[in-house]
Amino acid sequence: MDPKRLKLYDEIKKRGLTAERDQKILSELYDEGTHDLPDALPDIGRAGIETFSPVSDSIYAYNDLSSLQGITALQSTYNISLRPLDELLEKDKQREKDGFPRKINVGRLIKPGKGGKDKVVVVPTTVEEKFIHDSAFRPPEEGGQSGGTGEGEEGEVIGEQPVRAPDASGAGPGEGESGPHEMESNAYDLGKILTEKFELPNLKDKGKKRSLTRYTYDLTDKHRGFGQLLDKKATLRKIVETNISLGNLPDIGNIDPTRFLVSPSDKVFRILSREMDYESQAMVFFLRDYSGSMAGRSTVLVATQHVLIYSWLVYQYAMQVETRFILHDTEANEVQDFYTYYNSKVAGGTKVYSAYRLVNEIVERENLVQDYNIYVFHGTDGDDWDTDGKEAIPELKKMLTYSNRVGITIAEHALSHDTEVQKYLKASGLLTEKPDLIRLDVLQEDADEPRLIEGIKKLIS
Amino acid sequence: MELIDQHTKKIMEGCKERALNAGLRFQDETLEYIVTNRDLLELSPKLMIPTLYDYWVHEVEVLKEKGRYELYPSNPYETVINTRPAISFYNDNNPDWLNVLIFYHVLAHIDFFQNNMYFRHTWDYDFTGQALSDKRVIAKLRSEKGRWVDYVIEFTRGMDNLVGYHEDLSRLNRPRATNLSKRLDFYFDVFLQSVKKVKINNYIKEIERYNDCVNKDGERVEKSFFSEVRRKYPEFNAIFKKSLKEKSEHKIDLIQYLIEHSDFLRKDENEWMKSVMQVVRKTSLFFQPQIRTKIMNEGWASYWHEKLFLQDDRIRGHEVDFARAHAGVTSLPRVGLNPYALGMRIFYYIEEIADKGKYSIEFKRLLDADKREKFDAETGQGQDFIFKIRENLSDFLFVNTFVDQDFVTRNRLFVAGRRLNKAKMVWEFYVKSRKVEDYRKMLLDTLYHPPYIEIDPEKGKNNTLYLVHRFEGKPLVKEFIANTMMGIEYLWGSPVQLETSEVVSTSPPKEETKEPEIKWQRVLYTIDNRKLSKKNI
Repeated sequence: MDPKRLKLYDEIKKRGLTAERDQKILSELYDEGTHDLPDALPDIGRAGIETFSPVSDSIYAYNDLSSLQGITALQSTYNISLRPLDELLEKDKQREKDGFPRKINVGRLIKPGKGGKDKVVVVPTTVEEKFIHDSAFRPPEEGGQSGGTGEGEEGEVIGEQPVRAPDASGAGPGEGESGPHEMESNAYDLGKILTEKFELPNLKDKGKKRSLTRYTYDLTDKHRGFGQLLDKKATLRKIVETNISLGNLPDIGNIDPTRFLVSPSDKVFRILSREMDYESQAMVFFLRDYSGSMAGRSTVLVATQHVLIYSWLVYQYAMQVETRFILHDTEANEVQDFYTYYNSKVAGGTKVYSAYRLVNEIVERENLVQDYNIYVFHGTDGDDWDTDGKEAIPELKKMLTYSNRVGITIAEHALSHDTEVQKYLKASGLLTEKPDLIRLDVLQEDADEPRLIEGIKKLIS
Repeated sequence: MELIDQHTKKIMEGCKERALNAGLRFQDETLEYIVTNRDLLELSPKLMIPTLYDYWVHEVEVLKEKGRYELYPSNPYETVINTRPAISFYNDNNPDWLNVLIFYHVLAHIDFFQNNMYFRHTWDYDFTGQALSDKRVIAKLRSEKGRWVDYVIEFTRGMDNLVGYHEDLSRLNRPRATNLSKRLDFYFDVFLQSVKKVKINNYIKEIERYNDCVNKDGERVEKSFFSEVRRKYPEFNAIFKKSLKEKSEHKIDLIQYLIEHSDFLRKDENEWMKSVMQVVRKTSLFFQPQIRTKIMNEGWASYWHEKLFLQDDRIRGHEVDFARAHAGVTSLPRVGLNPYALGMRIFYYIEEIADKGKYSIEFKRLLDADKREKFDAETGQGQDFIFKIRENLSDFLFVNTFVDQDFVTRNRLFVAGRRLNKAKMVWEFYVKSRKVEDYRKMLLDTLYHPPYIEIDPEKGKNNTLYLVHRFEGKPLVKEFIANTMMGIEYLWGSPVQLETSEVVSTSPPKEETKEPEIKWQRVLYTIDNRKLSKKNI
């Protein structure tokens, strides 16, 4: 066990804890997990116990093409997938006008690659609704049943499967569930779709150094003799000038344009020129709680929401946005790329303030306030060892002095309500004092994608 | 798409010859295509039918999580489709020996399609041809009506799992009419048994009395026989006449009902919608038998590819390759259900039992366990018997009739349960039961079974369409109800109501082993002007 963590625990314990809190903290304390990136093939089997992948296949999941011939999932290409996407969304809008509910969801999102080569998988999804039997009405603890074969007495345990098998790794949507018609596209396209839905708030003009690399092209430069577009007014002026100096314009009151002499160099054209485009720039901090308690849906939700925000930023601010990624348990770490941010496994305890402090340090150290609009998005399950936010709130207040918006997402576990973070945020009064600067969104564990997008709107509107 | 080359086609023809000699029966013409990844991209959304009508949902990733097979009762990756001629699809780099295996598998599927009575309604036409003309109808309508065609397709597909498949089948599979009069049939088949519920000995007495009449009165038997009946049951004639009236109106499914009775569709400007609805309905009917014969169909094909491959002289030396491929397909998984493995074993089992003559009254009367064990009449009828099974049964009957304790014990099958171990945070799999009753129940529970929803014209007031969901221990998926009903309302043109059952509360089981208790409530959904409301009834 981590001695530092133990020390922290002792300190907290001295201050007094409820039994429930104690248990929560202890469970994280004794969590032996590490923050490794997931292995290619997660090895979760223990000696003597077979590990099963989730049993989902009914008899209808089998088919001849894959079973007999080994023809499996097909990969569609980028080009094929792009065309219908716009059309489909257009169609969906039309549905609303016709008085029917929308049917298309834009779903399943990212395939992080190392070194910033993230691939976002944009998949329009839908479901055809029919009257069908719902077999999932029984409580899930009872689990399903299936067929089996081989040795074993009745009642004997023959194998196990981790409850949060695919999630404990912090892998989120897209990972591991690549369907047959997955459509690949990059973050840009996802952002394009999301753009309809939201916009960065409180954007202010700040330092513009970053914009130097960005140009727009416009027909603003003039050029005599040749070019792309004849500037008629300027040309006429030039012709008049030439004719005056030639003495070809005897009576100013009665000009006869048909007698003008036109020299080739009188023609004035406009040509393309490169214009520098100055835009405000933004720095976005993504903070993710990767403590042990985040295992499961909470991480998926937070990561998915951050993917959505990240994708949208990439599109909307055309790489003008700089992003920083910070992971925290009891200590905060800055990581280099989105891949690491997205995939690091959960483990350890929780100290929210550590992440806030790190953001403050970075901002101060690099003097970011001067040049950047600063946004902070923080995702957590709301659990914090620092129960009343004694450390977190001051850091947060400091953060609010310079940031344009702080958006905190709490993905609650099914059984917990009014989490620590939520409680101390409310108690601090920051939410009501500065609604323009800080927003809180509380998600239930079973939130779906539309709910996530709703949440983002709330965070950044 | 390209056809397979001549060399491979020759192999196929050789397979056909051997399969026919072994007793399989199928039309001689078949088409085999090579499919590429790109072809599959286009084919799989259309369920491998190249000519299926276009619909935007085919271009979208359809969410799989929720009741995937309940919603889409057909497999998007089938190798062979039930058309005339039958079309099958292949990888272009299969080695010859593997092609032989696949060809046998495919031929057994074709044999199944063309002989199993559940496919009876697909025998008289070629579906690809039909689908092509339907596709053109829809394309033409789409050019005139635009997106409204897609709405009609969408709303009709919302009901296409409720098509009256069994009603259609029963019209086709009528037993040959007897020479006897309807009145006589009604008297013996319905009146005595269902109305009067007479005891068996009385029933037999009536038959004897009828036979006496035949002997005594010859041609005029009916008159003399029924004069007695009239005396004994004066109400008989009235009941019989009433039954004739009831019989005449056959049952129709929801889509047909809308087509025939909807005021909205009757308007001139909406007439065209009916043809779209017909297309969706026909397409759905075509796919219905596939999912109801999955275990049998795959079992049958696996049984034959094994049998025929091992007898084939052309692929000597590939026995080990075969063993690997075959085991990959047909080994029983430790946990899970594999239709190939299960179906094939059931067929082998039935064959063996029938060979020994154990499906006879003689055997059933035998009570001595030892004698039962050793019973062997050496009938040699096993193969004939399984041919009859493949002709007449569906998955439900197949499992329900032939999965018995001996079968479960022999294959060491069990029901695998899954429970949460909270201490370790893992799902534990355990051997829940090795009893055949439980195993059979588990199997039957996994079989495709759409809800049964009837129209009750009496309860629908003021032109309301009143639907009744017959409760079978499961609720409907709640979040789908609103949009499905909205679609029906659109096509019906007036409010629609649905009576169904929902879970009110679940109380934890009183004893560890028991299932939790569930309280049900009958509810009535009403959709009026696209607004859904619900009340308890």
